[in-house]
Amino acid sequence: MREAINEALHIAFNSDENIFMIGEDIATYGGQLRCSYGLVERFGPERVRDTPISEMAIVGAGVGAAIAGKRPIVELSYIDFLGSCFDQVLNQAAKIRYMYGGYVNVPLVIRTQCGAGLGNAAQHSQSLEAILAHIPGIRVVIPSNAYDAKGLLLHAIRDNNPVVFIEHKALYKKKCHVPEDPYEIDYTSDIKRKGDDVTIITYSAMVDRSLQAAEQLNSEFGIDAEVIDVRVLEPLDLQPLIGSAQKTGRVVIVHEACKKGGFGGELAAQIQEHVFDRLKGPILRVAAPDVPVPFADNLERQYVPDISKIIEAVTEVMNFHRSEV
Amino acid sequence: MEKQTLIEMFRIMVRIREFESEAIELAKRNETRAAVHTYIGQEAIAAGVCAHMSNQDLITSTHRGHGHCIAKGADLERMFGELLGRDGGYCKGKGGSMHIADLSTGNLGANGIVGGGIPLAVGAALSLKISKSKNYVVSFFGDGATNQGSFHESLNLASIWALPVIFICENNEYAISTNVSKSINIENISERATAYGILGKSVDGNNVVSVYDDMQMAVEHVQSGKGPVLLEMKTYRIKGHYFGDNQNYRTREEVDLWKQKDPINTCETKLQNDYGLSSEIISKIKKEETKKVLDASTRAKLMSEPEIDDLTEDLYDLSFHNIKWISLQK
Repeated sequence: MREAINEALHIAFNSDENIFMIGEDIATYGGQLRCSYGLVERFGPERVRDTPISEMAIVGAGVGAAIAGKRPIVELSYIDFLGSCFDQVLNQAAKIRYMYGGYVNVPLVIRTQCGAGLGNAAQHSQSLEAILAHIPGIRVVIPSNAYDAKGLLLHAIRDNNPVVFIEHKALYKKKCHVPEDPYEIDYTSDIKRKGDDVTIITYSAMVDRSLQAAEQLNSEFGIDAEVIDVRVLEPLDLQPLIGSAQKTGRVVIVHEACKKGGFGGELAAQIQEHVFDRLKGPILRVAAPDVPVPFADNLERQYVPDISKIIEAVTEVMNFHRSEV
Repeated sequence: MEKQTLIEMFRIMVRIREFESEAIELAKRNETRAAVHTYIGQEAIAAGVCAHMSNQDLITSTHRGHGHCIAKGADLERMFGELLGRDGGYCKGKGGSMHIADLSTGNLGANGIVGGGIPLAVGAALSLKISKSKNYVVSFFGDGATNQGSFHESLNLASIWALPVIFICENNEYAISTNVSKSINIENISERATAYGILGKSVDGNNVVSVYDDMQMAVEHVQSGKGPVLLEMKTYRIKGHYFGDNQNYRTREEVDLWKQKDPINTCETKLQNDYGLSSEIISKIKKEETKKVLDASTRAKLMSEPEIDDLTEDLYDLSFHNIKWISLQK
């Protein structure tokens, strides 16, 4: 996925001079995320700028440049650092258009890294997408693979609204076929696997795990799961989720973020509002426990939802029987 | 100082004073639900700073932003419309007093978060620098904002990139009720510039001529590529933090002392004594501005309230920017 993001950035810089990028260590070093390599050599230090460790000023400068007519890309090395710049996200980027009556656009992309799995512990491993999706005024894009990442990033860069583009650190090394030419992917949910028995709704690094779980469910239990990658939390493409839930009557939501207040709760609520009478059981959530991300290998592996937990939830909802009323 | 320049600044100062006085009247009569943070006593700063600026030069402003907005050339009727929460207001009634933006005059917007606009100004200045523009950005903020992290991060960032931004700190002595002596342990806020390797200067913010002259110096500095400037404008907030403030944190004597340094009276005296402007012309200017303000207020009251359906409009721009992606050279 790293190469796909890098390619999208090169295409973007090559196509529009108003696009520039600021962030910590993004120039010669190529970014802590290792996604911006080659940009400064090709497009120069005026458009690819290393910054001091000043997340508030970095994100704020992105917002200000966007208002002033540029199309900045800000790299926030870890989504955890939202804590250091949240005012600029929450009260500036998200509010400006509405607050100024629709007369001022903020065409800003904040690329950042989320997720556990690499032993980075509590302050460098979080999944904070629900906090962002809760704030009206911000697009939230969270790809699960290299192909989607390239197409969604180019789409996000053309968006006239602030977008937080969340890359899971465990996906950077994952490979898939990515065409070299430019292409875009709209803000849509993606049905990754067709199935009739149960709907698994997921995103980011949990998509692969859900697909693996679906194969195992099929071979071991004869359960045919449909797997949907939401890809974009705002704007949410709800229709495929509703359609699938209507068809299967059973829904399991899988995300890596901790369960309490996670985006799974929002998805469950919206789905039941539309298909309550078609549901054959409760909508279950597979998520991390409500604790910070631990360091030790065995604890972290226990923290991140795995295939067995997905299978467990699916079999639970498959075996659910309504008690007589 | 050209006579005409000073007269024009005097006119702007009077306009701001009249606008704020009318805003207070609207608040007294419960015609606006806005928290009215008036600029009364600080008019020389906006007038002296913005006298140098074109519509292509940009500002970021604060919760106490009416003066900046007016000095930048805003339409008074649309300003009142916003204070009254009407659909013809600058933000269609969605922003209110603290959130007026007007891109047509280079006003990137007032900000309700103390210090929130300073990084935006840095970004706007970066955008101008990348575009190789000769224009520059002014960021207005108060003494309180200089204790926010955003101020320090922004000055540093603007300094290392030598950005064309002039930081205007309006030190009006109070952050709501807290006197600057209790929140800052240095004599002059301009000293903070030293920490970031940029030019800093304290200025008599109640003297429009001083403001104008030092702003001239600052503009030449940023336009010659020498990087940002921090100007501390020493002034005083004559009215409360907002209309309705009981002001139990300061004495009447203190306020009266500052009233003797009223920037409009000072300018008026100078116009009469040094430029021979007659009292008839001065009162004519005042009458014209009062009328302009009251007419705008009257017209704004005729504007409709926003449509209820407008509640959920304007959050997102649903169109996408037109960029034709170019394949990379193999």
